[in-house]
Amino acid sequence: MADHLAARLGHALRRLAATAVILAAPLSLAAGLWFGSVHVPAADWFAALAGGGSEAGREIVWSLRAPRTASAFACGALLALAGALLQVLLRNPLADPSILGVSGGASVGALTAILLGLPAWAVPGLAFGGACAAAGVLLVLAVRLTGWNVHRVLLTGVAIGAGCGAVVSMLLALASAGQIQGMLFWLLGDLSGATRPAAPWIALVAVAVAAQPLALRLDALTLGPVKARSLGVAVGATQALAFLAATVATVAAVMVAGPIGFVGLVVPHALRLAGFSDHARLLPLAGLGGGALVAAADTLARSAAAPLEFPVGAVTALVGVPVLLALLARTR
Amino acid sequence: MLAARGLRLTVPGRTLVEGLDVALAPGQCWALLGPNGAGKTSLLHALAGLRDPDAGAVTLDDAPLAGLARRAVARHVGILLQDESESFWGSTLEYAMLGRYAHQAGMFAPDAAAESAARAALAEVDLAPHAAQPYRTLSGGERQRARLAQLLVQSPEWWLLDEPLAHLDLGHQLAAMELVARLARSGRGVIMALHEPLWAARYCGHALLLYDSGRFRHGPAQEVLTQDHLEALYGCRLAPAAESAAPLFIPIR
Repeated sequence: MADHLAARLGHALRRLAATAVILAAPLSLAAGLWFGSVHVPAADWFAALAGGGSEAGREIVWSLRAPRTASAFACGALLALAGALLQVLLRNPLADPSILGVSGGASVGALTAILLGLPAWAVPGLAFGGACAAAGVLLVLAVRLTGWNVHRVLLTGVAIGAGCGAVVSMLLALASAGQIQGMLFWLLGDLSGATRPAAPWIALVAVAVAAQPLALRLDALTLGPVKARSLGVAVGATQALAFLAATVATVAAVMVAGPIGFVGLVVPHALRLAGFSDHARLLPLAGLGGGALVAAADTLARSAAAPLEFPVGAVTALVGVPVLLALLARTR
Repeated sequence: MLAARGLRLTVPGRTLVEGLDVALAPGQCWALLGPNGAGKTSLLHALAGLRDPDAGAVTLDDAPLAGLARRAVARHVGILLQDESESFWGSTLEYAMLGRYAHQAGMFAPDAAAESAARAALAEVDLAPHAAQPYRTLSGGERQRARLAQLLVQSPEWWLLDEPLAHLDLGHQLAAMELVARLARSGRGVIMALHEPLWAARYCGHALLLYDSGRFRHGPAQEVLTQDHLEALYGCRLAPAAESAAPLFIPIR
């Protein structure tokens, strides 16, 4: 009887948690449109949402806040999805998007663009190039040459990341004082240049559509590749698809926002600790939760001490760390 | 019929089996005995299609396993692994439900039949009260029974069991062997790696002995499980113990 009650209670708490995550997504988007360095009066804000009101109100809400908030949400969702996929693929709870070395490659590209004083569009452009180069090296070295050996993939990713970190240090040493602030902001995750949300949203839809049908196979893969095969899972194809989806998600997010740490780690784990272990629910909730977390963190980062801006990566971690620690302390 | 034809299995520096021809028929229960490292696990993995043989082939009703899709294989051949990753986060019920994967049409979420099959399977291995408990908090023996329940959900025709009694207390060892015997009576074919000839003699009609030299011997249990053969197999002296329905040997110094 007590077991039954505990199960009912656990079920109710899980529903509550899922509802909270699902509600957090639209709330974070609304908050992103509402808060900012300039206060838009409520009447004007609602009118602007409907497409009317003053031109200034419309401009602020739709041209400044909306693209940035939408970008933040998409990046957060992509990073959380990438983290959830990588934690299964690498069977390592510490896996997150930065572990592939993709973020490192993107950092080298972006900082090179800043150092050379290239126009603003070149920063995400070179970040994309660097991320793809790092992903390509990882694919060839770890996956093609050695098969899918989890430890080798991990070590190769860490090695690529360390190499990129060394280059980043060199670039920082070469930079002028004026360039260094921009570089540091980029390295900590920066959405101030995120004015075109279309690209990350297209990536998000593609990754979600590719990953969701893998849900059951990912559940089986958490038991290890041999066990998954014995249950009937085509392990090689599943790993390849999930790895590709995680890489695309990481590249798309890092290119827009820089390497925002911790989202890919904290969001899937918080959901697992809250009782969502099956990927059919974990993946969509991770997308919504990661999106909400980064959208809210970015809103906080740009409006809490406006006109001063904090790096969004720092705010994300400041919000995410206590949540994860609390969940770790509460659950066995 | 699940059969090995001219099977050769090697590990670096050593041949585990060479030229093994053996066929499991429906309703048969085979014991697979041998010292540590003789290749029992490798043989079971090969029979499940999880490991490519170095020569020869494993066939399922005369079709080579290697040519079949994994889902098709998993509908017919199930294996209880000796060890598996412990990073599963879900409940014991969700763990058992994964056995349904090979049978269900939809790929997105477990189908309706999965949960009822999993609940019935958990009841059969005495784990019904643990259904909602996180799998990773089960004890070693409870996990072993959860794995058996998952195999019951998978419901294959051919059951390959790698040390099914590991971690089980004496009562649950008996329950597990009775379960296996029921499966065989209902027409399933079973082969299980065991370390205890007593259980083999009581429950298995056939036995396959793997020596660490790469040789093997197989046949009806009463012909294979003799004192001479078992002493040679394990490299220790045995003495027949008290009168019992099945031959019973205890190791002596």
